[in-house]
Amino acid sequence: MSAFSITEPSQRSKWVAGSLVIVYALITMIPLAWIMLTGFKSPSDAISYPPKVVFEPTLEGYVNLFTTRTRQTQDFLDANPPQNWADEIVREYDMVIVGPSKFGERFLNSVIIGFGSTFLSIFLGTLAAYAFSRFKIPLADDLLFFILSTRMMPPIAVAIPIFLMYRNLGLSDTHLGMILLYTAVNISLAVWLLKGFIDEIPREYEEAALIDGYTRFQAFYKVVLPQAATGIASTAIFCLIFAWNEYAFAVLLTSATAQTAPPFIPTIIGVGGLDWPAVAAGATIFLLPVMIFTILLRKHLLRGITFGAVRK
Amino acid sequence: MAEIVIKNVRKEFGDFVAVKESSFTIEDGEFFMLLGPSGCGKTTTLRMIAGLELPTSGEIFLDGEEIGQRPPSQRDIAFVFQMFALYPHMNVYKNLSYPLVSQGMPRAQVRAKVDEVTTILGIKDILKKPVGGLSGGDRQRVALGRAIVREPKAFMMDEPLGALDAEFREHMAEELRALHDRMGATTVYVTHDQLEAMQMGDKIVVMNNAVVEQFGKPQDIYDMPASMFVADFIGSPSMNFLNLNGKVEPGDTEIHLNNQRMSVPTLREGASGDLVFGVRPEHIHLSSDGDYRGRVLATEYLGTTQIVTLDTPNGEIKARIASDQPASVGETVGLGFNGQTVTLFDKASGRALRSELNEGVLAHG
Repeated sequence: MSAFSITEPSQRSKWVAGSLVIVYALITMIPLAWIMLTGFKSPSDAISYPPKVVFEPTLEGYVNLFTTRTRQTQDFLDANPPQNWADEIVREYDMVIVGPSKFGERFLNSVIIGFGSTFLSIFLGTLAAYAFSRFKIPLADDLLFFILSTRMMPPIAVAIPIFLMYRNLGLSDTHLGMILLYTAVNISLAVWLLKGFIDEIPREYEEAALIDGYTRFQAFYKVVLPQAATGIASTAIFCLIFAWNEYAFAVLLTSATAQTAPPFIPTIIGVGGLDWPAVAAGATIFLLPVMIFTILLRKHLLRGITFGAVRK
Repeated sequence: MAEIVIKNVRKEFGDFVAVKESSFTIEDGEFFMLLGPSGCGKTTTLRMIAGLELPTSGEIFLDGEEIGQRPPSQRDIAFVFQMFALYPHMNVYKNLSYPLVSQGMPRAQVRAKVDEVTTILGIKDILKKPVGGLSGGDRQRVALGRAIVREPKAFMMDEPLGALDAEFREHMAEELRALHDRMGATTVYVTHDQLEAMQMGDKIVVMNNAVVEQFGKPQDIYDMPASMFVADFIGSPSMNFLNLNGKVEPGDTEIHLNNQRMSVPTLREGASGDLVFGVRPEHIHLSSDGDYRGRVLATEYLGTTQIVTLDTPNGEIKARIASDQPASVGETVGLGFNGQTVTLFDKASGRALRSELNEGVLAHG
């Protein structure tokens, strides 16, 4: 018989737990993998039945995503040989590239609005959470409850008032308007999460800094913030994921200038038949920033979720 | 370095009064103990001196300057926290240099200062280590180092040894006292451990329920407690209280305890009603004869001495006698009290009656 302890899991339960996690990961990753594969398929491969797992990869989807094309007569095509590999791909359909698509611009809008609102949510949320955590604020509990109550209905429930309000204020279809909107939704989450993290940081650290000759703000900035980095990172991920993926308000409030990627990607479908590879390519590229951001902060995120469980 | 005068300081947190009008003086270079049970207001008092709490009313003077309402950064006082509160994201060197950096001291000078302090504390070899992995003793030394590095006017210490294990605590207490003797800086030290207070302090303030009960030298407080609380809190086992009912007049040198005459220091004030005859365990003698008798309930062997618990007509008492002196459970023995060490208390107020013994001490307490 092998030695065992109550707290240390046995080899067998480790093995079972490990396999379960792997199976779960595979199941959740299948749709993602399918989207990524579809991005490299030709339109006919994308809709073939039974679905093709093995296929000849092509960049057609990506070319279609990033360009606008137009059909040309055979004379024109003969007179103008293809300029590059992208041209060659579209020639198969008797088309020529006439310019970039709106995708790059929409993607940039997503980056500006997503990261902008995340930064603003974290900035305001950290200050508010610190104040709630450290100072005696009249009606603090009621204020916190009020802040939380903004999350008690789906944000889309207030879509029409916000739509009207934004039209009157001139915030419709502006970057600022979308940043403010996403910040308003995220700030309650940010305040609550960050308050929890800051509560866990012993006051003595700041008091030590005050004694050592620093002002309250310096103590906050130099001592509390580094301690709260874990919480800030995980809160930032949650905020970014919401702002990045948000679809309903983006459809409603943005069009020509501030449209983000989520409402744009489905519009690709309408151009020249059901262009699933281009949609899949758009979705793949759209996934990347959040993926990279999350991987960069992964260590913090993991620590963040279990933070406070064990007092060090 | 600095003299600290506390004058009628009071602190309220909402409806709760943490410290009632308290006054005492900490003289220059003193190792001063704030002693009391938890929740008595000693830490709040310390924090008010440091500026981490502002007094609701009253004044605090540091070297004659009123500093009661100033932020901590303008007081030039260092603070050692119970849980050390080292900056966890910095290494030892950064922790030690942090108070100097805030003053805008040039880098070379900072380096020299830190070097000096780490030599004193013997922590030169851990300078580059992160504080997270340090042992309790080293953390304690770094916390002390951070306090002494900028040579403040005074040190505040909030149970700095509380987080250490018993064995190491004693060692650290000696180290701390030696450090103080070497630097001669005014130090205010909060503890709930009466032994620590007696062992290390030049002077002690005993606090209870937000009030200063007594203030003086350890031996004065031990020998001449100003109240039943102090008598009970200081000393282990604590002072024995024998209840009696009677009347005393100024000038009395004896009282009646269960119809036996017991001598006491010449009284300077009178009282009547429920009184308490307070005697330290080591001032009780056991003998085979004697008219005031008690029955032995238990004995505890402590090496050189033993503690004998006895049942007397006026309540249970503990006596500390030499361990070679025979005492067996169930036996009835005669009891003698060293009359010149006895303190009489008024039971209702808990206050000590003034006598020849304690009048000098009670005058300023």
